[in-house]
Amino acid sequence: MYSPSSFPWTEAESLSQHLTERGVSRRDFLEYCGGLAAVLGLPAADAKRIASALDIQKRPSVVWIQLQECTGCVESVIRTADPTIGNLVLDLISLDYSHTLMAAAGHQAESALQSAMKDNFGKYVLVVTGSTPLSDDGIYLTIGGRTAKTILEEAAKGAAAVIAVGACAHWGSVQAARPNPTGAVGVSAIIKDKPVVNIAGCPPISDVVTATIVHFLTFGRLPATDSDGRPLFAYGQRIHDQCPRRAHFDAGQFVEKFDDAAARQGYCLYEVGCKGPATFSPCPIIQWNEGTSWPIGAGHPCIGCTERNFWDTMTPFYDRLPDVGGFGVERTADIIGAALAVGATAGVGAHAIATGIHQSRRKNLPVVDTAPATPSPTVSPGPDPRRGKE
Amino acid sequence: MAMTKIVVDPITRIEGHLRIEAQTENGRITNAWASSTQFRGIEIIMQGRDPRDAWAFTQRICGVCTVVHAVASCRAVEDALGIVIPPNANLIRNMVHGMQFIQDHVIHFYHLHALDWVDVVSALKANPADTSRIAKSISPWPNNSETHFAQVQEKVKKFVASGQLGIFTNGYWGHPAYKLPPEVNLLAVAHYLEALDWQRDVIRLHTIFGGKNPHPNFLVGGMACAINLDNASTINAVRLDEIQGMINRAQQFVEQVYYPDLIAIAGYYKEWGSIGGGVPNYMSVGEFPDADVRDTSKLYFPRGIIMNKDLSKVLPYDHKKVKEYITSSWYEYNDGDRAGLHPWEGETKPKFVGAKPPFEFLQDREKYTWMKAPRYDGHPMQVGPLARMLVAFASGHPDVKPMVLDLLAKLKVGPEVLFSTLGRTAARGIETVLLARRMNVWFDQFIARIKSGDTSTFNGAKWEPSTWPDSADGYGYLDAPRGALGHWVQIRDGKIARYQCVVPSTWNCSPRDGEGQMGPYEASLVDNHPLAKPDQPLEILRTIHSFDPCMACGVHVLDATGAPIVDVQIQ
Repeated sequence: MYSPSSFPWTEAESLSQHLTERGVSRRDFLEYCGGLAAVLGLPAADAKRIASALDIQKRPSVVWIQLQECTGCVESVIRTADPTIGNLVLDLISLDYSHTLMAAAGHQAESALQSAMKDNFGKYVLVVTGSTPLSDDGIYLTIGGRTAKTILEEAAKGAAAVIAVGACAHWGSVQAARPNPTGAVGVSAIIKDKPVVNIAGCPPISDVVTATIVHFLTFGRLPATDSDGRPLFAYGQRIHDQCPRRAHFDAGQFVEKFDDAAARQGYCLYEVGCKGPATFSPCPIIQWNEGTSWPIGAGHPCIGCTERNFWDTMTPFYDRLPDVGGFGVERTADIIGAALAVGATAGVGAHAIATGIHQSRRKNLPVVDTAPATPSPTVSPGPDPRRGKE
Repeated sequence: MAMTKIVVDPITRIEGHLRIEAQTENGRITNAWASSTQFRGIEIIMQGRDPRDAWAFTQRICGVCTVVHAVASCRAVEDALGIVIPPNANLIRNMVHGMQFIQDHVIHFYHLHALDWVDVVSALKANPADTSRIAKSISPWPNNSETHFAQVQEKVKKFVASGQLGIFTNGYWGHPAYKLPPEVNLLAVAHYLEALDWQRDVIRLHTIFGGKNPHPNFLVGGMACAINLDNASTINAVRLDEIQGMINRAQQFVEQVYYPDLIAIAGYYKEWGSIGGGVPNYMSVGEFPDADVRDTSKLYFPRGIIMNKDLSKVLPYDHKKVKEYITSSWYEYNDGDRAGLHPWEGETKPKFVGAKPPFEFLQDREKYTWMKAPRYDGHPMQVGPLARMLVAFASGHPDVKPMVLDLLAKLKVGPEVLFSTLGRTAARGIETVLLARRMNVWFDQFIARIKSGDTSTFNGAKWEPSTWPDSADGYGYLDAPRGALGHWVQIRDGKIARYQCVVPSTWNCSPRDGEGQMGPYEASLVDNHPLAKPDQPLEILRTIHSFDPCMACGVHVLDATGAPIVDVQIQ
């Protein structure tokens, strides 16, 4: 990720000056800020605040530590979407420590880390990928002879904010799946005295990571989150509610088996295990790899990777979720009519009948309402950021 | 000069956590230890789970090798259940895996390995006109103008002048081991930046077929992406156009930027053709099946073994000769520390006996790593691009052989330089070119099948667990960017009873075995290996990076219950 782009900038040069110099007009810059505002789910008026915050003179220091992990989150951020905007966002910071990209190794690397933490004490942003193994005195991960816990606690001490990127830093992820042999935990299980924001996902979409950093640099605080520490601008909405295939769910058009006639029509993947109804993630809105596609878009059910404990709660991945409440648009009229006819209130009755109909088609599985892992935040759907930029 | 003990931890610009300890004397490395300092235990976690989920769990072993464990896992389960995937699914997997190779190797060269050879600061002294002249003499790449290189240089100048060096802080700039003239340094720096943009584009092939990258989705029995030319949500002409474009851009960059740069840079470092050879044995399990993966005679990169650098014969690979040792590893075996166990009998009980952190040295104790020591017929083996290219070369492969000979001719060196640090880095480039070309073949075959009316991507005959036998064992092999990989699965009553992976970096980063034989990293570091400044590990980074370490892949743990494993059907 944060390698210098083709357009590094100099000391005492603000971002807008820098951009002007490389041929980006003030108007384009403001449009870019508007795009960021849209990604962050902010009103268009906030674009000006972002613009002024970006008019800073020194790139803020970012320290990125990598703990018990697969490096997939770093790889994801290296793919950060639109190349032009990606480079602009990368140029915002000075990445002073990153195992994956830094030139120095060994003592020189550790000395770069120490200098960055000392010189920017209280000001740097700490990005963490990977979990921290606590069992057996932490011997399941050492770097430079020191345990992950020691390194994390030291790095968090002088950080202005902590951004836990990916499921491992969020809650431990795959190594924390049953039976969690190494006692792996996420950042917030250890760092209690400062704000930790969780960029959920295995891995998360890169744009969400960069937007969170920009949010912090712009507003001086981390974005609002749900009860699990996930930014609302990204994780405020359920996949099921934003899914382009939702109409097929509502119409009862389901893929029953991979590559069947329904799969070839792009129908709903609920029957083959889609966890979209229980997963809060921006996948259907932002999509992956410059908006190219996303898991459901490529015909595979969502595995729920932005939810805590998904390796245990969302598996087996191809078993369908217990019945998802609600009813389809096309069925609504009939159902409500029927419900009214039996004298129930439309809502409760319709729900019951819809569930019953659903149930009768689904082989006697227990009926439960959709139970998201976290309370559904009350935010209205923001504009589609991809449209906002165009 | 007295012996100096050195520690390099972390080794950066790799995947995962690797520590190298060494002893040096008079500018040479006299002893070395490679230590993996991370353990996660994913195979323990997989017990009792649905085998159709296994690909997703094992995929998370590594986000750099984000395709290889998933595909090896699907192959293992498909082998156990007797599933033959449709030809389209095999072609899609080949294209996805092929693009993984291409993208991964280019990132490795520019972003992980290049700074070992390229002095970024020296690029400031370059004459951009001369850089342009050099660039045009080796490649028709469009961004070869003097203006372009002058712009890049100006940007680097401003970056350095800002005083905030970011990832370039404390680099080994000015070290006497850097040999490139400023003009070639500038060329490489320009392409470092261009490669960052390029990789983001071409990897989108994964997103089309698998929904995202990293960690695209796979499916036991085939692929989940349906083909329907008359639907907007499936693989259709729009998607096929995008894929063709990415394949074209991948090939152009590899042939016009990566490979010419590799040859140009290698020309200044020919002495590295006699440094860091190390273990003289090479192993490839083969990869890129033409059709069914079980037919190991039809693999684009062939399977085989080369012993003692003897290119006159390729020995057959027999998985039964693989055993893992723990003499130097933080585990214990029921039969003691000297026992070697075949993967089917594998047992792992983690038992850390190192110094309590924080520690200064690991080399003073017999056990020093989480990595086990796999051996083939008792021998340590190198795996990876060089092993693949040597096996293919010695087999007379019609594409590989002329490429290798052409490279040797361009560098004006003999085949003996292949067995070296330089050889490993060069072999990676050769296979990237071949795969970039091969992508077109697979894509054309894919189009031809669709044209003929075959749009099947999934074999669902054995999807339901009710169709499975009570007991089934499977083996999935795959030659990954970093080398030979194997997944073994044992399914009982519809669940995973035991799961095991033997991974490229386990072979290459293996520690000493009971016979005292070093693993490939270690053996390379003591093979005619310089270290000019003990406090600056630049030369160590060159050799270690030439293996492209992937530490998260290398460390794994088996079922600790010791349940007996039934014979597995192996090709």
